[in-house]
Parts: sequence; structure tokens; C-alpha cells
Amino acid sequence: MNETSIKIAGVDLELLTANDGGRGDGAILFLHSGHGYDPWQSFASQLAAERRLVAPSHPGFGKSSLPSWLDSIDDIAHIYLELLDRLELAQADVVASSVGGWIAAEMASKAPERFRRLVLIAPVGVKTGPAEKLDIPDLFAMPQSDIDKLVYRDPGRMTADLSKLPDEALATVFRNRESLALLVWEPWMHNPKLKHRLHRVQAPTLFVRGDNDGVVSDAYLQAYARLLPNARTVTIADAGHLPHLEQPEKLKAAISKFLET
Amino acid sequence: MQAWHFSETAYPYLPPAETYPSIRVSLPNRIYDPHKGAALYDRYIDEWLIAEDEGIEIMLNEHHQTATCVDPAAPLMLAALARLSKKARLLILGNPIANRRQPVRVAEEMAMVDVLSHGRLDAGFVRGVPYEILPANSNPVRMNERHWEALDLIVKCWTHHDGPFSHEGRFFHHRAINIWPRPIQEPHPPIWVSTTSTGGAAQVGGRGYIQATFLTGFDTTKRIYEAYRKGWRDAGRSHDVPIDRLAYAALIYVGDNEARARAGAEKLLWYVQANKVPPHFSNPPGYVPVAMNVQLARGAHNVVSSYGTKQGTVDGAIEAGTMFAGTPDQVFAQFKRHWDYVGGYGHLLIMGQAGFLDHDDTVHGIRMFAREVYPRLKELYPGTTVSGFTQAAQAAAG
Repeated sequence: MNETSIKIAGVDLELLTANDGGRGDGAILFLHSGHGYDPWQSFASQLAAERRLVAPSHPGFGKSSLPSWLDSIDDIAHIYLELLDRLELAQADVVASSVGGWIAAEMASKAPERFRRLVLIAPVGVKTGPAEKLDIPDLFAMPQSDIDKLVYRDPGRMTADLSKLPDEALATVFRNRESLALLVWEPWMHNPKLKHRLHRVQAPTLFVRGDNDGVVSDAYLQAYARLLPNARTVTIADAGHLPHLEQPEKLKAAISKFLET
Repeated sequence: MQAWHFSETAYPYLPPAETYPSIRVSLPNRIYDPHKGAALYDRYIDEWLIAEDEGIEIMLNEHHQTATCVDPAAPLMLAALARLSKKARLLILGNPIANRRQPVRVAEEMAMVDVLSHGRLDAGFVRGVPYEILPANSNPVRMNERHWEALDLIVKCWTHHDGPFSHEGRFFHHRAINIWPRPIQEPHPPIWVSTTSTGGAAQVGGRGYIQATFLTGFDTTKRIYEAYRKGWRDAGRSHDVPIDRLAYAALIYVGDNEARARAGAEKLLWYVQANKVPPHFSNPPGYVPVAMNVQLARGAHNVVSSYGTKQGTVDGAIEAGTMFAGTPDQVFAQFKRHWDYVGGYGHLLIMGQAGFLDHDDTVHGIRMFAREVYPRLKELYPGTTVSGFTQAAQAAAG
């Protein structure tokens, strides 16, 4: 992976790339979850194999800056559309996780012609259920142990002791968390307008969910997928909200199969 | 020196603490009996009015979804007090404007109370403790930025008298602002701001507002006051900062004998002991800076909450400077030690009622302070006293 940066709309965007000389029309844009880019690195580069890979850290995540005007997922979607322009990527495939999936959905609703195929892994971003129940559990209003149970199939195996991280890495964890809160706080984890725009998305879209995901329910995933004209869903067995961590091989197989057809 | 009686109008009739995870945010309100609550309101208002009779000013604040302070719409209580009291200053500390959607509405509420009370309002503004975030559904990120934009807009609402003006800011948008009534006090009621950070205190000092801090003990209070004075001087306001710009809130109980004082002090600790709040409510993302979160993860003490610390005992709280309790002489000595150490302040915010401290004991504490301690403080520390000079430093300067 190559680490570079690019300035877009005043944001110093951290950019991780691979196979930069690869064909532009075969590029994968990789959009990370609210945890930030780091946990994804090996997965994304393996997934890309020989293809060109572009993986930005979202504004306020990793080493990307966060200007004072920026406070929504919609803002980031515009910045990333400009990123495609700047990198001269006429069209790309997108693989995106959780809040990254929300960014991807916003982008595809604005500029459907820029996307060949979309893979949305446990995406958030729409409101599909009744007003009196949160579609996505309130992850900022529960103990960490409860969050871990929702996020992982096997929390005992997956969770790490944060206090053992060096200061810089720990600071990144807290900064990512703060930036996530800024972006998703209200309305909680969704843009009320998005579901009225998704019918524009023409690209074949794969919605993926771990069968033990406590954050994104199966009903939510199915309802989300129905908003797009050309979407289907797949379940990854024995995984939670972050199947790339718990079942990387199964997930890679499912994504590769979809992108190659 | 001005002293203020501060009651949080708590609802103490709760099940054992081990039966619920949090006294704030999530405690079901079926536990609250509105009839008992009504009797408590009557009683707490009576205590404010007794304090007024004793020459003490009135202070109240606002919290939400909590048994510790059943005053979620403090301007309403303030309006009642504006009519029931006759002479006391009325301090609301304060309006949580980073959590309020309409600063213009807050400006209207405060102007109305100023008129209702014939100009007795002291208008305080607070960022709000972290447990207020969820009840307000307020974004914990960029609260300071919202706070200052809202406060500047409120001041403009109070001082602009020539018909509608507009505001198109970062967070708030209005096309035609023209509040009725406008405040009685000119140019506007005194403004107070509470903060626990030095950066915030410097901003408050730069604007010359009154700086309050709650239960911050010796060292943190000293740092906050120093930052305030630096902000004041850097803004070119003058070299000397009078003590009437600085306020300190402590748990205070004065008894006519040591045993009675001790018993009252123990009950006052309810404020600290009952404040059971889990970390996901007491430290939402973005409420404190990233660097502070790193320190907290490494075991640093969170100044926002004293729950479970040594300040949960009378001796520990007195040692920490968060409580002054005892006979009049003892309280005076404890106060003076704190006052000298932090560099002096001109307002003492008396957290003088809590939990199961009953009416008679609350009134005893108010009267003992008012009659046996307060006259000494007023004589020793007129509001024009310059802050930042301890007695020792003054003596050395001749």
C-alpha cells in the first residue's frame, strides 16, 4: 500500500492506494467503517489483488483533516465524487462498510453513472422502520461490553485492550469516534432524504451482512436493498457487523464473485 | 462578597442505587411521584425565600432526565421566583445554550424574567454536563462553538433596539429578530459563564463576564482563575481583575455545633454519592478533547464526576476544597484557606441543600451561614478587591 494525501475542498485527505498503474476502469474505491481505515488494510489490499485500489480515510478519521464547515455524510460524498474526478476515474467499483456504505449510497444517488458495481457491507444511512424504534441501536448510549456484543459474533476473540495501544494510536481511536459522532448523531445514522433518491442507482449492488450482526438487522438490510432497483443480498455465516475481521475469507469470496461477474 | 443559595431541587426518594445503572438519563420517571414532587417544589421555594430574608441571593440551575435536579425548565422556576421574591438577585446558572435549538427564545425568556423581577436577573450560561447531551439529543462535538455563537447572538438580541436584524451564522439562522420585551437592566443583565477548562476561562475573561466554577477544589480552580485573568488582561480590559468577576460553588454547611454541622455535611454529600452515572453518559464522544480522553484511558481523574472518589467523604471533600463544613469558625477558616490559595473570588455559590437534608436542617445551615459567617466575608472581601493577590503576596508587596 502507498500512503499519499490529496487536498479536496480544504480537506487534507489521507489516501491509501495500491496498484496505481492499474486500469482506471477496474479501480476499487474502498470506504471504511466508523472504526477507521486501519483494521481494513490487509483485507482491502488482498481483495484488490491486481486491481487499482483507492482507500481514503474519511475527513476526521486517521490522518485526514476535518474542517469546521464539514459535519455530514453528504459533505463527504461530494468530496469523494471530486476525488474520483481528480484521480480521473470515470467509473469505479465500490466496496464499503457500515458508515462507509452510507457514503457510497449517497455518492451513487448523486452520480449513478460513476459506479460499475457496489458492495455495501452492513451499510447504515436510511430509515426503514417505525418512528418509535431506532433502526440502528444507540451505540453511544450503552456500555462498551454491550457494543462489543452487537458488533462481534465472538467478542472475546475480537476485542482488544485499548489501554495497551501507544498514545498516537489511542488518540486516533478517540478522534475517529468523535468524528463518527459528529456525522451520525442526528438524525441518528441516517439521512431522511436518501431513501427517496436511491431509485436512481443503476449499478448492480450487493448488500452483505454477517448473520450475527447486532447493529444492522436482516430486516433493515432487506428493506435498504429494496430501495435500489438492481440489488441483492447475501449473508456471511458466523460473522457480526465487521465480517472482514471475523470471516475475511468468506467475505472476500462473496465480494470477488460478485465483482467478477 | 456575595453569597447565593443554590438548590438543585432534587428528588431523593429513590430505590437502592444498586437496582439501577444510572441516576441520570435512563432512570424511569415512574419512580417520580408528582405529588411528592409538588411538596418538594413548595419546600425548596420556601428555602430560597428564607435565604432571601437572610440577605442571601438566589441561584438555580437546569438539568434534564435526572432525580438529582428536577428543574428541566429553569426559566419557569425563575419566573415563579421573580414574583415570589422581592429583593434578592436571581441567578440562573445556567441556560445550557449549546443544547438549546433557539438562542433567540432563550434571550426572550431571560428578558421576560428581568422585567418580571424588575431588573433582578443575573443570566448565566453553561455548556452543560455531559449527561445533558442525550436528553437534548444534542451533538457533543463542537459544543463550544455553538455555545459562543448562541451567547453572542443572545447579547445582540438584548442590546439591539431598532427593529428586526438578521443572523446567518454557522449554527443558527434567523431572518427577523426583534425581541419583546427587552431587558430592564442596561445594557443587559450581568452575564455569567461556567467552565472547567482554562481555554474556556480565557474566553470568558476576554469578554469580562463573570466566571463560575463548580467543585473544582484547589488546583483546578486556581488554574481556571489564572486563565480568566490572563484572558481579561490580554483583551486589554485593565490590569486588575476585581473579585466580583469570579465565583466558586462548594458544598457548604454551617452548624451551631460540630456534631450538627457534621450531620448536615454528611447529608450534603448526597450530591456526590448519589451521582451514579456510567461512562457512556458521563463521557460522550467529543465532549472532552482527544488528548484528555487519552489521559482518561491511562487512568487520569475526570473532573466532571467525583462519584466514587475520596471526595465522597466529608473529610476528603473538605481536604479537596469542594466542601466547607463545620462551626462558623471552622467554615471561615476552610473558606479562607481556599480563597487565598486560588487567588480570591467575589461570589460564593452555596450548594446548601441535597438529598435528605430536611427543611429544618437546611434552614439552620442557611441561617448559621448568613448570620455567623457571611458578615465576616463581606467585611473582609468587598467586591472591588483585586483578585490574584493572596494575603501573603500583598504583605510582601508592603
